[in-house]
Amino acid sequence: MEVLNIFIKSAFIENLVLAYFLGMCSYLAVSKTVKTAVGLGLAVIFVLGITMPINWLISEYLLSETGLLGIDLTFLRFILFIAVIASMVQLVEMVVEKYSPALYNSLGIFLPLITVNCAILGGSLFMVSREYNFAESISFGLGGGFGWFLAIVAFAAIREKMRYSNVPPALRGLGIAFILTGLMGIAFMSLMGIDPMALSK
Amino acid sequence: MAETTVQEVKKEPFFGKKERALLLDPINDNNPITVQVLGICSALAVTSMVFPSLVMAVAVTLVTALSNLTTSLVRNMIPKQVRMIVQLVIIAALVTVVELSLKYLNYPVYKQLSVYIGLIITNCIVMGRLEAFAMANKPWRSFLDGLGNGLGYGAILLMVAFFREIFGKGSLLAGTPLEIKIIGPTAEFLINTKESMLFGWYVNNNLMVLPTAAMFIIGIFIWIQRGSNKKLIDVS
Repeated sequence: MEVLNIFIKSAFIENLVLAYFLGMCSYLAVSKTVKTAVGLGLAVIFVLGITMPINWLISEYLLSETGLLGIDLTFLRFILFIAVIASMVQLVEMVVEKYSPALYNSLGIFLPLITVNCAILGGSLFMVSREYNFAESISFGLGGGFGWFLAIVAFAAIREKMRYSNVPPALRGLGIAFILTGLMGIAFMSLMGIDPMALSK
Repeated sequence: MAETTVQEVKKEPFFGKKERALLLDPINDNNPITVQVLGICSALAVTSMVFPSLVMAVAVTLVTALSNLTTSLVRNMIPKQVRMIVQLVIIAALVTVVELSLKYLNYPVYKQLSVYIGLIITNCIVMGRLEAFAMANKPWRSFLDGLGNGLGYGAILLMVAFFREIFGKGSLLAGTPLEIKIIGPTAEFLINTKESMLFGWYVNNNLMVLPTAAMFIIGIFIWIQRGSNKKLIDVS
């Protein structure tokens, strides 16, 4: 039950984009059409869902004082986490290039940039600071990825409709995107008070 | 390391027009946040107060400048296929140094910035400048480019933090000895004066404390900047 709660909580209530504002760069840049947004969102779910348990294993068995080596190596956390993420992204890049060249071309530079998507590393760091166990970390990874996917697809859909509206020239493009995200953040804030633990009783 | 830098400097003017442009362009015309759209996450999350934003701005400036310098020095030795991982290792090492120094120097701020110091690694400004500039340019110029982008980022950060803190908490520079209350019923230098009537009625706006407010403020900054600088307007 706890695992399911964490999924719901990380997807809706503590949405990585709209509550913590992580992964903003690619969120703003790749949300011009719904199609590319779906592609990037799926890639993020995949990378988050895979790196989270791997990073959990690393921080539990390699870096902590009670781990296999018996010495406190937590200062190496950043370097190891980012290495895992970078290699996973490389993997996703190769798979996408092989099976869907069209998607590969439309994602362009933003596929390798998933490595520097703050949501991925941020998720891993949150996982450490919140002391999740193995199952919870998988659930948090998938839930967080799903929340990110949901946010970018919704945002891309709004931006597609925005083309037909008359925005002041200086606000067009980036400016209005910022304000829109702010409004979406306020909308998601209304979910903040929900406690999944209470609902499941 | 030092010798190569000196040689570069001899061939070209030490601080000519180009170098000046490298340093000053990112502050307005090519600002990393409002024009290049890089490094937004931390700009939203840490800017609820001025002092932590200042710390963050200094940390990011140090990391961008030094990682640009380091990458530029070793750029000819990096194989193309693994360049991303090499760059990330350089950045991660620098960020670890910055994180540990901050933990030692100012623990409360370190706690407050929490994961966002670690997230400098994935701050797109650092990575973006490495890819776009340092991999193809000489060390001294790369250093200036990193410094300029760090400063441009810091400038936006401080401006956003200024508005958020003053309207969200009524104070400025909270958490330092220089803290002052500016608006609201407890504004220090206004108590029992005529002017207290001017700003004393203000009630703190809690929306400003939330990251959402930063989105609106940056959106308005972009509006103002593009309104006054026509060449930045998005024509698509």
